[in-house]
Amino acid sequence: MKGKEILHRLVQMIFTLLGVTFLTFALTYIAPGDPVEMILEVGDTIIPKEVIEATRKELGLDQPFHVQYVRWLGGLLTGDMGMSYSARVPVAQKLMEALPGTIALAGSSLFIMMIIALPLGIISALHRNSIIDNVIRAVTFVGISMPSFWVGLVLLYIFGLQLGWFPIAGGEVEFRRMVLPAVTLAIPMAAKYTRQVRTALLEELNQDYVMGARARGIPMSRVLWHHILPNACLPLITLLGLTIGWLLGGSAVIEMVFGWPGLGKLAVHAIEMRDYPLVMGFVLWIAVFYMVINLIIDCSYHYLDPRIRKGTR
Amino acid sequence: MKMSDKTTFRVFTGLVLLIIAAAIFAPLITSFDPYATNMKDALMEPGGNHIFGTDKLGRDCFARILYGARVSLSMTMVIVVLMTAIGTAIGIVAGYCGGRVDMVLMRISDLMLAFPGVVLAIAIAGIMGGSAINTILALTVVGWTKYARLARSLTMKIRDRDFVAAAVTNGTRPIQVLYRHILPNIILTIIVTAAMDIGTMIMEIAGLSFLGFGAQPPTPEWGLMLNEGRQVIQTAPWVMLYPGLAILIVVAIFNTWGDCLRDIMDPRGNN
Repeated sequence: MKGKEILHRLVQMIFTLLGVTFLTFALTYIAPGDPVEMILEVGDTIIPKEVIEATRKELGLDQPFHVQYVRWLGGLLTGDMGMSYSARVPVAQKLMEALPGTIALAGSSLFIMMIIALPLGIISALHRNSIIDNVIRAVTFVGISMPSFWVGLVLLYIFGLQLGWFPIAGGEVEFRRMVLPAVTLAIPMAAKYTRQVRTALLEELNQDYVMGARARGIPMSRVLWHHILPNACLPLITLLGLTIGWLLGGSAVIEMVFGWPGLGKLAVHAIEMRDYPLVMGFVLWIAVFYMVINLIIDCSYHYLDPRIRKGTR
Repeated sequence: MKMSDKTTFRVFTGLVLLIIAAAIFAPLITSFDPYATNMKDALMEPGGNHIFGTDKLGRDCFARILYGARVSLSMTMVIVVLMTAIGTAIGIVAGYCGGRVDMVLMRISDLMLAFPGVVLAIAIAGIMGGSAINTILALTVVGWTKYARLARSLTMKIRDRDFVAAAVTNGTRPIQVLYRHILPNIILTIIVTAAMDIGTMIMEIAGLSFLGFGAQPPTPEWGLMLNEGRQVIQTAPWVMLYPGLAILIVVAIFNTWGDCLRDIMDPRGNN
């Protein structure tokens, strides 16, 4: 990808961000429920009208929609994402606190996914239609059909409650607590990926160059590692971009199941509390993160595929 | 022994119909009321009268799962029909008209693609407040773009064919051209794609209500039941076990059915 193309993509990204944030902002504006009442509400106390109005004014919620949105955008330009209603601290700070948890969880589940999916997919493709291939395909099929949050509950019950191998509650980012959520997130991804690895490999296995290499007496393992896998990895990398998108959403549900302190849990609570600045910040971060990842993946083709690099494709 | 595609398809069509029948005829299958609470029988283990046990309000889990199929399946049906219809309509218009209309419609759909769908659905359903209607709204808003793109590319492939030109020359109104000549030619691919989406939708509906952003208590909804089961996981694991199994089985059947449908419609897809 050339510099010009990257620039074009970055400009496009800004417009997309404007669109996504505008949509979310509009949604919070028309949504039922009053954030001011949510902030002030403690138990069943009745709050005087003047206090509600004063708070509304203080937060700028008395302004018309477009003024609020432009004000938010203006703050963004100076790096200010606003104050969280519920925690009374800057949104950026709340998000930064939750970020390590999500990155650790997403990273380790991607890692677990790879060490399951790559070998299984390779074995499955090399022994196509054998018993082992059929078993692997049946297992991945079940893996795809399972709701991830249910897998989480079952693992929690077996390994957390019955066997007691892993702690089930607590609020810190810690390795032992991360094992179950990471495995839970990895299972459906691994099932999907195993199938993709198999398909990608089968496509390459039928190519003439494989037969040519084998005919010259090159051992299969060498053909596999030096010829087939590098070729098969391109479609898999494309899929990785989509998987990361799923991971960002999927981790919200899993973080809730395990009480894992990450961005997803933070966002769900923010939505429940009608803490709109925090919701906006979350949406913005996810959008930027997702688009940057996909941009990097598109750029990586340039280096991975000589056909694209030389402009012949 | 390898079953032919047609046989597999027939078997799975039968299973799909069985699930739908179980949902429709739920009152004939179980005599328990899924809403009837009975604190005396709370958290009873599976066995005896209650083959799947009871939840913390003493409601029969088996009845709730059966009636839950009604909720899940009807919501899925509405979402799939809505997003297919909206997406196809927009895609056909964009593909047929081209030019500026196409550009505007596709930019909107780009916007949706530039954002992880599940996160957007959570945000929409959550902010609008948890309810079955808002779940349908959220998943439709997120899902239509896929069909718009598909319908657009299919339309572009056939819009320059002779039969379309003939219809236009004969003075057929544009709306009639789209409806009578373009749509029938692309509808099959759209339907197959929609069939393959059913399983995913069942799962996403359950996911949203698990978070509390979907159907609200006391609705017997599978995701909601899993959420309730989570609260009593230590004492009554069966409350969360069976709804999950129900989702797994139903999703697996619909996924396989969708795959079979694709295979018999498109022989090129066979490996």
